[in-house]
Amino acid sequence: MFERRLYFHIDWLLIGAVLVICAIGLVMIYSTTGGAGGVYWTQVYALGIGLMAMAVCLMVDYRSLADKSHWIYLAMVAALIGVLFFGAVRGGSRRWIDLGAFNLQPSEFAKATLALMLAKMLGESRRPALTNNDLLIAAALTAVPLLIIARQPDLGTAVTLLPILLVVAFVAGMPMKYIYAGVLVAVLAAPAAYKFALQDYQRERISTFLDPAQDARGAGYQQIQARITVGSGGVWGKGFMEGTQGQLRFLPVAHNDFIFSVLAEEQGLVGVLVALGLYLFVIVRALDAARLAKDRLGAYLVLGVLSSFTFQVIYNITMSAGLAPVKGLTLPLMSYGGSSMIATLAGFGLILNVRMRRFTN
Amino acid sequence: MAIAEDRRRLHLRLTILRVAVAAAFGLLAGGFWFFQVVQHTKFREMAENNHQRTLTLRAPRGIIYDRTGRLLVENRNSFNISIVREHTKDLDRTIRVLASVTGVDEKFVRDIVDRHRREPRYQPIVVLQDATLAQVAAVTARRLDFELPDVLVQEVPTRQYPDQAMAAHLIGYVGEASEDQLASDHVATGSIVGQFGIERVYNKLLMGEDGARRVVVNSVGREIRTLDEVPPVQGRRVQLTINYAMQKAAEDAFRAYGRWGSAIVMEPKSGDVLTLTSLPAFDPNDFATGIDRATWSHLNTDKLRPLQNRAIQGRYSPGSTFKILIATAALEEGVISPERQIYCPGGGTFYGRFFQCLGKHGFVDLRHALERSCNTYFYTVGDMLGIDRIHKWGEKLGLAGKSGIDLPNEVESIVPSQEWKRKRFNEKWYAGDTISVAIGQGMVDVTPMALAVTMATIANGGNRMVPRLVQAFDEGNGWQPVARPPSPFAPFLLKPETVSAVHDGLWMAVNGAGTARRAMIAGRDVAGKTGTAQVISLQGKERARGSEKDLRDHGWFVFMAPRDNPEIAGVIFAEHAEHGSEGAMIARHVIETYFAQRDGLPLPVLTIPKPAPAPAAPARVATIAGPATGAR
Repeated sequence: MFERRLYFHIDWLLIGAVLVICAIGLVMIYSTTGGAGGVYWTQVYALGIGLMAMAVCLMVDYRSLADKSHWIYLAMVAALIGVLFFGAVRGGSRRWIDLGAFNLQPSEFAKATLALMLAKMLGESRRPALTNNDLLIAAALTAVPLLIIARQPDLGTAVTLLPILLVVAFVAGMPMKYIYAGVLVAVLAAPAAYKFALQDYQRERISTFLDPAQDARGAGYQQIQARITVGSGGVWGKGFMEGTQGQLRFLPVAHNDFIFSVLAEEQGLVGVLVALGLYLFVIVRALDAARLAKDRLGAYLVLGVLSSFTFQVIYNITMSAGLAPVKGLTLPLMSYGGSSMIATLAGFGLILNVRMRRFTN
Repeated sequence: MAIAEDRRRLHLRLTILRVAVAAAFGLLAGGFWFFQVVQHTKFREMAENNHQRTLTLRAPRGIIYDRTGRLLVENRNSFNISIVREHTKDLDRTIRVLASVTGVDEKFVRDIVDRHRREPRYQPIVVLQDATLAQVAAVTARRLDFELPDVLVQEVPTRQYPDQAMAAHLIGYVGEASEDQLASDHVATGSIVGQFGIERVYNKLLMGEDGARRVVVNSVGREIRTLDEVPPVQGRRVQLTINYAMQKAAEDAFRAYGRWGSAIVMEPKSGDVLTLTSLPAFDPNDFATGIDRATWSHLNTDKLRPLQNRAIQGRYSPGSTFKILIATAALEEGVISPERQIYCPGGGTFYGRFFQCLGKHGFVDLRHALERSCNTYFYTVGDMLGIDRIHKWGEKLGLAGKSGIDLPNEVESIVPSQEWKRKRFNEKWYAGDTISVAIGQGMVDVTPMALAVTMATIANGGNRMVPRLVQAFDEGNGWQPVARPPSPFAPFLLKPETVSAVHDGLWMAVNGAGTARRAMIAGRDVAGKTGTAQVISLQGKERARGSEKDLRDHGWFVFMAPRDNPEIAGVIFAEHAEHGSEGAMIARHVIETYFAQRDGLPLPVLTIPKPAPAPAAPARVATIAGPATGAR
């Protein structure tokens, strides 16, 4: 199954960049949690498991994976439903399967699974153009896990499924008129949605985002603190473990949602530019894999995986600078979180897989 | 071809995605640049305000010693519990929890917080002074649980008065600076400053300089580490002129006889005050940690007025002790010679009115008149002097006006003159008025301190001193004696025959057939004079019969010892003692203590020759904490 020559087509540069980002993340977790404690080691183990998952996803031909994509998809939906009934509850939501040693968060794996499913469906379509029917089916396939995850409730993760649908449909030839219409509807519907569809706490988050000072002790607190954290870092930063905002917990969940703020505080603008550069390199390099892909299936698969990754990276970093409403969205590869780490690395395994097999039949 | 078309579209749309991602990253980099470079200064300041806090380190006040080096006032460490509202999310809850864990009234805490509401949020509001260890433990445990993160427990130096109420009026007490004091003393809100006595007068020296500690706190206000620290500078050490043993002897004796009153003993040559007491007293320890309302209002409404310093704020008729002034004035003015004899048939008629003497003394000269306190003699001499010359000598000897002692709120003593009466009552002075004044009744009104100064002046042979309470300061380089300012009084010397006649007369009063024999000490040549101050006239007494007010006369005893070249002079004022003999006995104990200490002998043990009379008034013992009774 794994031919020796394929080995030479592995994108070591991409792997290297990914590993450097993971290493930066580990360093920041070390700093924000005050040394090599339980959180740090959990992340190290997750990285190890993630690399194994990556190797597995790399070795199995993505086309044979795609052939079984409907089974994988069904298993994923079953797991999500299972979580809804039997999952472990933390912080008011039911997202985890308790595996003893650690908790597994199936919704993280829903992203790659959905990417595989949509790639298979739209990429192997024999029709030259995308029909409305295809779009509807794709939307339905996305909606099922999205709604289940939203029920947990975990709106943040649920939303990351949308870019997969949008980007894959976009490159698959969705007519531009739909895009324009979509944008128009979004703009028009936003006020109504704000008023009727959102919960009070969600509305509060958005209104404090627009004017954080109106509730500096409550919901606006995190946003103001995020800006202080980033801004006080300056060009060169306060130094490793020298940050005051993150170290003294003015910024909550510093090792998690706000890890990038702490990076900005301790390593300054220099550290920020290095990290941004690495992420941009990883994304652009992965886009290359899509361009080089031998078939549409491969290209769509890469884009599906990459889109949710990119969306999450951009949103989290924007939020880290206090420029977006605070959502429970982590920074892939850097933030603390075992399931996210494993699922993300597995996703990159798929991307590498597509690139590696660009010459095989 | 469809496939090529497909590829082209794919590549186009991939390019769009690539550009979009690059643009997004560019915007992000720009955002970070804006915050981290353009607005860096602003955010750095905000971060510092977040995590740095400056705590005041209260300076321990200067230690106070007596003239022999015995410690009178020191400091101990106590715990203050404060609320820092800076990181408080729910002040109500904090107050509620704090009140319940420390077991104090919630309203009490709320009132304090309300009073300080307008102060800056980072300023700790002290809600509990001198907290018990149990309260400190209860709060600390909850701080660790993050339940009371905005509550601060601080160890602060607090005034401690080991002898409780002893010399309370002299030493004074401390308390939180009032609005006026904030401005006049140039101190920060919440500072502890002297409010009374030496603590007030020498506050600047005693206070020292508060230090400060800049600490890093985390998001819930917990101290993480110290950034820098300016240690507090302790206040100057102060040595008083007070002699502990004599002060204690005086207060013990008052208590043994069940009397309230005042005692002052001075060193005539220097003006040093060796003893200054006023009873009943208060316990300054009650004030050191913020006096509670009940104790404070009790002290203020107590009929015995424990807050009044009788030594300088109580004014009474001097009674027969005034005869010393008349004798001195008459001799100095040349109105009589010491040998001048006057016949006493038991009184005399002046200006159409009969004035009584307490005995029929026959022919007496000045010495015997002093010895036996003959009224007739002094009616006659006083009449010869006239009120203005009496007033003049009152001023010269220090009986009129203020003594100038370094204590606040001294009242003026009054020895009347024609002008004084005109100003005060808009009335002419009648020659008959002088007759009562000559034996210390009528319009004479003096403080014990004024009488003490007069005795010191006469003991000195005319050199009037300003009484002083502080002997030395330690500015950090060892004890430095306090320089005496030049005396503001015109120097004069009494004629030697005046001095010897008055001193003889007073010696005879104690050692001869006089009224003050209770003060006699073999070999010590005590000279003195008793006096009785009418609380109310005889007619008034009739009218007030049955009222609850204590109308018994006050007793005086003034003294100097030894007769020749006196080393000490002073006054005992015993409220409602009816006559001066009890004062003489109190003085005797103090004088014996002085000589015993001077000669290195064991201090005398107080012996009471007769059963102690019941206290002059129903005393509420709680307010009169003293070394003998007070267990804190």
